Amino acid sequence: MMLVTVNGDPLEVAPESTIESLVELLGCGRRGVAVAINSEVVARSSWATTWLAAGDQVEVLRAAQGGC
Amino acid sequence: MDDPFEIGGTTLSSRLILGTGGAPSMDILESAIRASGTDMVTVALRRVVPGVAGSVLDVCERAGVRVLPNTAGCRTAREAVLTAQAAREAFETDWVKVEVVADDRTLLPDTVELVDAVEALADLGFIVLAYTNDDPVIAMRLAALGCAAVMPLGSPIGSGMGIRNPYNLAMIREQLTVPVILDAGIGTASDAALAMELGCDAVLAASAVTRARHPEIMAEAIGLAVRSGRLAHLGGRIPRRLYAEASTTSVGLPEL
Repeated sequence: MMLVTVNGDPLEVAPESTIESLVELLGCGRRGVAVAINSEVVARSSWATTWLAAGDQVEVLRAAQGGC
Repeated sequence: MDDPFEIGGTTLSSRLILGTGGAPSMDILESAIRASGTDMVTVALRRVVPGVAGSVLDVCERAGVRVLPNTAGCRTAREAVLTAQAAREAFETDWVKVEVVADDRTLLPDTVELVDAVEALADLGFIVLAYTNDDPVIAMRLAALGCAAVMPLGSPIGSGMGIRNPYNLAMIREQLTVPVILDAGIGTASDAALAMELGCDAVLAASAVTRARHPEIMAEAIGLAVRSGRLAHLGGRIPRRLYAEASTTSVGLPEL
């Protein structure tokens, strides 16, 4: 297993994990979700071909109520 | 009356934009959106909650309104640009309402960081709506950088203090050619009407609706006030004068 940080918490994922598999693991659906790795936003079209590396800081974001 | 409102080439049917923050439940939010008559609401980006698939997006979709992502919570230009890029991926829109605030107590815009963020986002092809303070000079700078709309505050976010500097707002409206949207500080319907009477092209309200005792009723009230204020602006108010001016002619006044 490989250790990454997802939304501030440590998470063990399988080696060869992609963003796609991480989003699936989190069970939050794909719709309205965005992912950044080490402060770089990853295009949705690249999720399946972007592999996680040990120590990656991953942010998985989605719509929340907001506005002045 | 035909009175279209355009931002960045897109026509909106309502001059009220609703913020979705602060609503006690998704159901109440949905009824407030519908009652307000808005066709665009703001949403923020936050970390996902594992295992939870639904979000405020479902409410927007059911209510048939456009989504305007914001960068709420960002303190630097860098954070705002990253958030906008994430929002572009999440919501498949180039629109972004840029907020860069200085501190938690005032939530006032950090205009130095804001200008940097707007410059970068305009270069990246975003349709930028900038939340700013009521400074006409900064508003001009933001418009010059290519903002599709400039959104000056009336008073601090969530304060409900209304419009603290109507003269600056009037100056901003006079100097800019892009839409001016009064953002932040609306407390009740009359604040929204005043903003529109001053010539603002639209109003954004959130807390005034979502934290009202009856959000759905307040949403309708503010929607009507925006419409009413717009008509009053177009109708043209009479000048203020210190003394009375009779509306009835003195010609033919009988001597009794």
